[in-house]
Amino acid sequence: MISIKNISKHYGSFQVLTDCSAEVEKGEVIVICGPSGSGKSTLIKCVNGLEPFQQGELVVNGISVGAPKTNLAKLRAHVGMVFQNFELFPHMSIVDNLCIAQIKVLGRSREEAVERGLKLLDRVGLSAQAEKFPGQLSGGQQQRVAIARALAMDPTCMLFDEPTSALDPEMVNEVLDVMVGLAQEGMTMMVVTHEMGFARNVASRVIFMDQGRIVEDASKDDFFGTPRSERAQQFLSKILQH
Amino acid sequence: MNYHWNWAIFLTETPSGSTTYMGWMLSGLEVTLALSLSAWIIALLVGGLMGVLRTVPNRWLSGIATVYVEIFRNTPLLVQLFIWYFVLPELLPTAMGDAIKSLNPFLQQFLAAMVCLALFTGARVCEQVRSGINSLAVGQKSAGLALGLTLPQTYRYVILPMAIRIILPPLTSEFLNIFKNSAVASTIGLLELAAQGRQLVDYTAQPYESFIAVTVMFMVINTVVMILMHKVEARVRVPGGGH
Repeated sequence: MISIKNISKHYGSFQVLTDCSAEVEKGEVIVICGPSGSGKSTLIKCVNGLEPFQQGELVVNGISVGAPKTNLAKLRAHVGMVFQNFELFPHMSIVDNLCIAQIKVLGRSREEAVERGLKLLDRVGLSAQAEKFPGQLSGGQQQRVAIARALAMDPTCMLFDEPTSALDPEMVNEVLDVMVGLAQEGMTMMVVTHEMGFARNVASRVIFMDQGRIVEDASKDDFFGTPRSERAQQFLSKILQH
Repeated sequence: MNYHWNWAIFLTETPSGSTTYMGWMLSGLEVTLALSLSAWIIALLVGGLMGVLRTVPNRWLSGIATVYVEIFRNTPLLVQLFIWYFVLPELLPTAMGDAIKSLNPFLQQFLAAMVCLALFTGARVCEQVRSGINSLAVGQKSAGLALGLTLPQTYRYVILPMAIRIILPPLTSEFLNIFKNSAVASTIGLLELAAQGRQLVDYTAQPYESFIAVTVMFMVINTVVMILMHKVEARVRVPGGGH
């Protein structure tokens, strides 16, 4: 479903990604981890074309992301993305946040969009907040709305860019619960996160990145049991210390 | 000080006989309002468009907007006015120049002052719009695009509504400035409020009353503008603070 082949990217002379390759099958949950600055976020932003890359080929649902003729807006409409800082639209009510792209991109009627939006809001446990504005919600609630907003587009796969990093600790679980639910329903997901509990629980594979390279791409049992690379071992021992 | 205050001067008939001196002031006020408001509307349109262009990922479009801003922000308003009024009709093809010069003098002065104020203020509005857009987190644009909105749609529905809210306070001061700046039009003979004030001095030798009246009228205009803009700000405020 997502095929990443030999992707390289640089800003001027600074190499951000070097020769990254990975395959994601339908229904797989891929957790991407690694130290900060290792290129994890950049890599998943390449998948929906938010970050351009100079070399390699990236194919999503049979469409080449890097090809100049590709209609990126059309491709992105079916690739959901959740950001570290939620990025809800602050001037729109929650329900309008959920509807705007359904109406403007998918061409749904307002009634259809609202119906679908409210259903998803219910799913993330926030029906009561439909008429509120993002600034009136907690971080955890905002992130759940952001997930619902992405789901409203009926995405074929979902990208998560450190979805819990900006949250207070007590709000992390409410967001992870929603993500676990999605994973168990068979949603194809690429998740950049440091939540190793989540990875242990639902990941199909774990990709470990360091300095713009994919150092390790292993099943979660192999990764947590016997990581091959020394760098991954160090990383794991550091984040699993406490 | 041996000054004869005479506030009744405003009720005195002018030498031409058709109106009082207060009538002159009011007609000046009318011209100032018409000039400033029409120039403001154009300034918002031009400044809004150029401000957006300055932020788009296209070197040519943002280049055009940059050149516009640099030209109109870095030269004195008075010089710009003289160029529009005295120089431009000479530079245009003869037929067009003659057509302009055959307009009635008031219209010539009004149009030159309107275009001048509009483009001068537009350059300042442009910079406000640009800084408003740039003050929004890059994430908002990414979020719009990630949902499948096109770049123009992302500007229309996501970026601009928030950017406009952010720049309302500085826009208010540009709006106030355009009324004050409109007084330069008196230098090309347009009988707006300041020019009427000076004409009243020439006719009556009552400078204090005249300029106090002009001052009060400008202050009233600007107080009204401030109240209106505060109402607009309160109206569009995002619940929960948002940004």
